[in-house]
Amino acid sequence: MIKFSEIKKSFLVSLWFMFLTFPIMVIRVNPIEKTVQWRWRNMMIIGIGSFLLSFVWRFMLERKESGQKKADVFGIHKISFIQRILQEPKIYIPLLIVTGVFAIVFPFIFSAYQTNIMITALMYVMLGLGLNIVVGLAGLLDLGYVAFYAVGAYSYALLNYHFGLGFWTVLPIGAVLGVIFGILLGFPVLRLRGDYLAIVTLGFGEIIRLILENWNEFSFGPSGIANIPRPGFFGIEFSLQSATNYIYYMMIGLTLFTIFVVNRLQNSRIGRAWMALREDEVACQAMGIDKTKTKLTAFALGATWAGMVGVIFAAKTTFINPASFTFLESAMILSIVVIGGMGSIIGVVIGALILILLPEYLRAFSDYRMMLFGAILVIMMVFRPQGIISNVRRTYKFQGKQQ
Amino acid sequence: MEPILDVKKLTMDFGGLRAMDHLDLDVMEKEIVALIGPNGAGKTTFFNCITGIYTPTKGDILISPPGKTRERINGLKPNHITEKGMARTFQNIRLFPNMSVLENVMIGRHCRLNSGVIGAVVKGKSTIREEKAVVEDSYKILEKIGLAEYVNETAKNLPYGAQRRLEIARAMATEPFLILLDEPAAGMNPQETRELEELIKKIRDVEGLSVLLIEHDMKIVMSLSDRIFVMDYGKKIAQGTPDEIKNNPVVIKAYLGEEVDA
Repeated sequence: MIKFSEIKKSFLVSLWFMFLTFPIMVIRVNPIEKTVQWRWRNMMIIGIGSFLLSFVWRFMLERKESGQKKADVFGIHKISFIQRILQEPKIYIPLLIVTGVFAIVFPFIFSAYQTNIMITALMYVMLGLGLNIVVGLAGLLDLGYVAFYAVGAYSYALLNYHFGLGFWTVLPIGAVLGVIFGILLGFPVLRLRGDYLAIVTLGFGEIIRLILENWNEFSFGPSGIANIPRPGFFGIEFSLQSATNYIYYMMIGLTLFTIFVVNRLQNSRIGRAWMALREDEVACQAMGIDKTKTKLTAFALGATWAGMVGVIFAAKTTFINPASFTFLESAMILSIVVIGGMGSIIGVVIGALILILLPEYLRAFSDYRMMLFGAILVIMMVFRPQGIISNVRRTYKFQGKQQ
Repeated sequence: MEPILDVKKLTMDFGGLRAMDHLDLDVMEKEIVALIGPNGAGKTTFFNCITGIYTPTKGDILISPPGKTRERINGLKPNHITEKGMARTFQNIRLFPNMSVLENVMIGRHCRLNSGVIGAVVKGKSTIREEKAVVEDSYKILEKIGLAEYVNETAKNLPYGAQRRLEIARAMATEPFLILLDEPAAGMNPQETRELEELIKKIRDVEGLSVLLIEHDMKIVMSLSDRIFVMDYGKKIAQGTPDEIKNNPVVIKAYLGEEVDA
C-alpha cells in the first residue's frame, strides 16, 4: 500500500524537475523564422519519468538502510555476491583461467583499435593500483596524482630526445623519478590531512603541468614533443600492428607485476602501517609507527607506478604535450579507485576496466555517454559508497583453537 | 632502587595557560600508580607530555627501563617513546576501527619488527618467519587479555568493554615496561569494571609490568594502586598510599570543596 505522503513527495519531485528542465526541454526558439516552439510533450515525459524514478530511488534507499540496520544489530558481515564468488576456489580458478586465455588471445581476435583501447585500460589499472596505495590504503587524498604520470612521460620524451636513451632504460628511471617526486611532494604535506592535503596535492599537480606548459626551453611548451620511439625489443623495429601487440603483452606483464607487488605490500608490515595511518593518525604514532616514514613511503611507492605508466604512455602515443596531464586525468584515476573500492586490488582492476572501456564502447550513444557516466558516479556513491568490491579484512585461522 | 619513570618539575604551558605546573611523579618497577584529580586538573596533559604528543615547556622525564641505562626522553616523538617501552591507551577509545582485532594487535607489534619495503615484496625467509611470528604472538596476547573469540572481528563491531580491553592488548603488544592507562574504566558497567580490575592486576603480577593509571572510579583506584598522586589545577596536591590519600584534607577539599563558615 503506497502512502499518500509518498505520492506527495514524488509529485513535488516531478514538479521541481519539470520546472528545472522547462527552459531547455520545452522552449525551442527558432531564430531564423523568429518563432517559439512549445514542446509540452517533453514536459509530460519528464514529469511522469521523474515521478516514477523518485519512487525507485526511495525504495532503493530504504532497502539499503534497512540492510545496514540489520547488519548493525546482528553484527553480520555482509559479504556481497561478488566477494563470495571470489572466495570460492571452484568458481574463481576457472574464471581466472578464462580471463587469462582471453587476455592472451585478445590481440588476435580483435582489431588493433580494440587492442589499443585495452592498452589504455591496462595503463589505468596500473595508475589506479598506484593511487590505491596512497588513497585507499594510507588514506591520503591525493588530487595531483597526474603530476607523477607527467614526470614519467616527460622523462622518457626528454631523455630520449637529448640522450637517445631507449624505452627499457628509461622505464626504471621513470619509476625512480616518480619516487623522487613522490617524496618531494610528501615532505611539505607531512603535517596535512584531509581537505588541506587534497588542496595542496591539487596545487602540486597544476604546478607540474604549468611548468611543462610554460618552460619552453625545457619541455617545448604546449606544442609538446613528437616522434617518441615505440619500445624496442633488442633493437628489433616493429611494424605498427606488431608494436601495438608488443605493448599490449608488455602491459599485461606489467599489470600482473603491479598486482603482485601491491598485493605483497598490502599484506605486509608496511601495508598494515598504512592502514593504521588511515584509521587514526594519533593512535598509529602512539603504537610506535613512524608517521613521517610511513607517509613518505606511501607517496613514493604510489608515485612509482605513475612514473612507469608515464613512460609507457609516451612510448605508446609517440607524442606528448601538457594537455594530457590535466586535473581531469587525476579525477579520473581517483574515480577508478573510489568506484572500484578503496583498498581492494580486484576492485580497482574492475573499476578501471569499467570506467575506461565503458565510454569507449558507448560511443554509439556519444551524445549521452558523459551524462551516463555522471549518473553512474552519483548512483554508485549513493547506493554503494564502499565501491564495486569493498576491501575485506583478511581472516586468520588458528589450528585447534576457536577461530 | 631507581624508579623506572622519574618525572621532575614537569611544566606545560599552552600560550599563557599553565596546564601543568612543576609536577613530580615517579613509578617504581612492578608498581601500580594512580593519578587522580578533578576534571581539567591536567592528568591527560601529563600523559600527552610523557608520551611525546606534547613537548613539555620545562622539566625532565627520565626513564630507566629494567636492564637498561637511565635516559631523558623529553621532546622525543611518540613512536620513539613507544619503542623505548612506554605504551598508552586513550581516554576516548582510539582503535583502528576498520581493521580486524588481530590486525589491531599486529600494529602494536610494528615497532618490534623490521621488514621493510623490499622484504615485503621479495618475501624472503626472514619476512615469512617474522609474519608468522607476529600472527602467533598477537594471538597469544589476545588470549591473555581474553579477546581470542573476537580474532577476526572488525574492531568497531566489538562491545564497548572489549574495545577498551583491545586497546590494552594493543599497548601490551609493543612490549612495554610501563603501560599508561587513561581512564580505562570510563563507561564500563560494574561487571566489566571488575574484569578490568582483574586484568590490570594480571598485567602487573603475571606480566611483570608497571602501570600508571588515570581513573575516576575510586573503587578501582583504591583497591589497585600501590601509590596515588593527586592533581588539581595542574599542580600535585598530594601523594601517598590509598589510606593516606583517603584521609588527606587537601584531597577532600579539592574533590568536595571547602566548608563555608557562616
